[in-house]
Amino acid sequence: MSTAYQIVVCGSIVPDPLQTLEPIASPTGPALKNEMMLPAVLDPWAGHALYEAANLAKNQPGSKVWLVSLGPKAKLQQVMMTVAQKVPFELVALDGSASGFTDATETAAALADAIAAIPGLDKSRLLVFGGWESASRGAGATMQMVGERLGLVDQFQGVDQLTVNADGSLEILERIEGGKHQVSKCAGAPALLGWATGNLPEPRNNPQVGMVNMRTVMPALQKAKPTKLAGEGLSFASVALPKQLRETQIVKDKSPDDIAKEIVEWIKK
Amino acid sequence: METILVLAHTETDGSLAKPVREALHAAAALHKSLAGSKLLVGLIGEDVQAAANSIAASPATKYFGVTGADFSVSRYATDAAAAEAIFKAAQATVVVAPATSRWARVLPGVAQRLGGRADTHVTGVAVADGKISVNRWYYRQRMEGVLTRTQRPWIIGVDPGSHTPCECGAGAASVEMVPVNLTEANKRTTVVGIREPKADAQTIRPDAELLFVTGAGWTKKQADGQTHVPEAEKLILGFLKQARASLGSSKSLVDLGGEGQAVLPFLSHLNQIGQTGATPRHAKGLSTCCHGEEPHTVGWRFIGERRAISLDPNCGWARGKADVLYVADAFAVVAKVNELLAAG
Repeated sequence: MSTAYQIVVCGSIVPDPLQTLEPIASPTGPALKNEMMLPAVLDPWAGHALYEAANLAKNQPGSKVWLVSLGPKAKLQQVMMTVAQKVPFELVALDGSASGFTDATETAAALADAIAAIPGLDKSRLLVFGGWESASRGAGATMQMVGERLGLVDQFQGVDQLTVNADGSLEILERIEGGKHQVSKCAGAPALLGWATGNLPEPRNNPQVGMVNMRTVMPALQKAKPTKLAGEGLSFASVALPKQLRETQIVKDKSPDDIAKEIVEWIKK
Repeated sequence: METILVLAHTETDGSLAKPVREALHAAAALHKSLAGSKLLVGLIGEDVQAAANSIAASPATKYFGVTGADFSVSRYATDAAAAEAIFKAAQATVVVAPATSRWARVLPGVAQRLGGRADTHVTGVAVADGKISVNRWYYRQRMEGVLTRTQRPWIIGVDPGSHTPCECGAGAASVEMVPVNLTEANKRTTVVGIREPKADAQTIRPDAELLFVTGAGWTKKQADGQTHVPEAEKLILGFLKQARASLGSSKSLVDLGGEGQAVLPFLSHLNQIGQTGATPRHAKGLSTCCHGEEPHTVGWRFIGERRAISLDPNCGWARGKADVLYVADAFAVVAKVNELLAAG
């Protein structure tokens, strides 16, 4: 039995992980220094979710993928120039802050409203994907809240594998403690999956896919709804880089045997 | 006046895991600092009496429980229903819970259901001027924030390993059972089982004293101009076995394995630490053949004593980050370490 899924992926942008980040105080709360100047990328775990969604859509004829993304419109446009070349999707853009210091509840409300407003959304075929955590707030909270708002009570987090069984049920592997996976079987859609790494490599850029996607990406960016995340009731006393710098003792002139003895003593201490 | 609820689930054998005692310790400290506050405990599992008895000497004044076979498994729908029911019975304003995988999956959703807020990966809880504040990290452990909230209920998920476990003694606890009406919609998901590597292939050990971090250097050409991957595999697995260490890896090394190259086949993305991996907590860490500056080094942000072996004395992974940097060939050192550990 093949189901034509409606797969909605929630994913935003984060500063390129290789950039140096420095927090500053802004009138609206903490922010990153030169935030709008930092090169951005699609959040890594959201990226895995998108690639898994595209792969599922490819294998389930009639399925379609949407990417719902909340971020500053100009930065979204930059990132979409690359992401749009990876896999086919339709963008739903929300123009607002992608800062890690925003509140998960407010972000979830904006995302859930945007998903609910997708024309022709059929909840019986709905799979909501996203990263299990972001590389900005890193809370692992937004997706569950989106799910609750959409009435989805079959939720999975830290997902590394999704298999659609012949009877339409879903077998899902979620990361749990100690390098193990919990295996669950869900009757089928609707469900929400917060992806960890998954199993797929990053797709190569495909200019043809990019051309098709950009036909909908640009209009979506133009009509991106302004979204204010006020941070009601939330206040930061401080945000700071860790100051701890260790006095590293450099041991250059010892033989491997002497180093080994020292390490073994340290391990056993 | 705050009503603080420690929300916990039992393990499959009915016991409480260490992270529960850590959350209880954090909640008890909060209770002590907030005059007039109440401390309550809510337990969810197939049978919670033994778990309640094991912490009966805690400062909590009341215990709530949701029990039954449906609550023995880690499943969003039933866990959310149980947590919601206990919360309502306890009339809590603040919930402190261990951020286990089971609770991390469900508690933010419960906060949404209750009209509250949730903060996860919390590493510190304190009270200043009568206000609760929590510490958590942002941008993958690269900066630490201290925040407060006015909204209630406030669910606080405490990261395992970030607090000392409470020393609550055992006794006889009276548990008030809370009924939960489940529907078929709550049981659309069935937990089939746990998939794990064979015992001798399990390299991730959260309770280990030592984290052994392997970098891409293990797979590079050595002094003789050749790679020595089989030898590296033998040395690393030998060390893990002898030292009973947990294995972490840099992203570059894990990605090599994922690209189908015959490189350290026991490594997976589950071993990956750092920017897009885990930031485990261990008392000691030994890194070998790792390289890179921030942000790669966030992988051992929460490691206590740190030592590194690298051929590069200016290695950014170790300089200013490790306590001791041995400038040496990791192949030679680890081989000798294994020999010494095996000899006892």
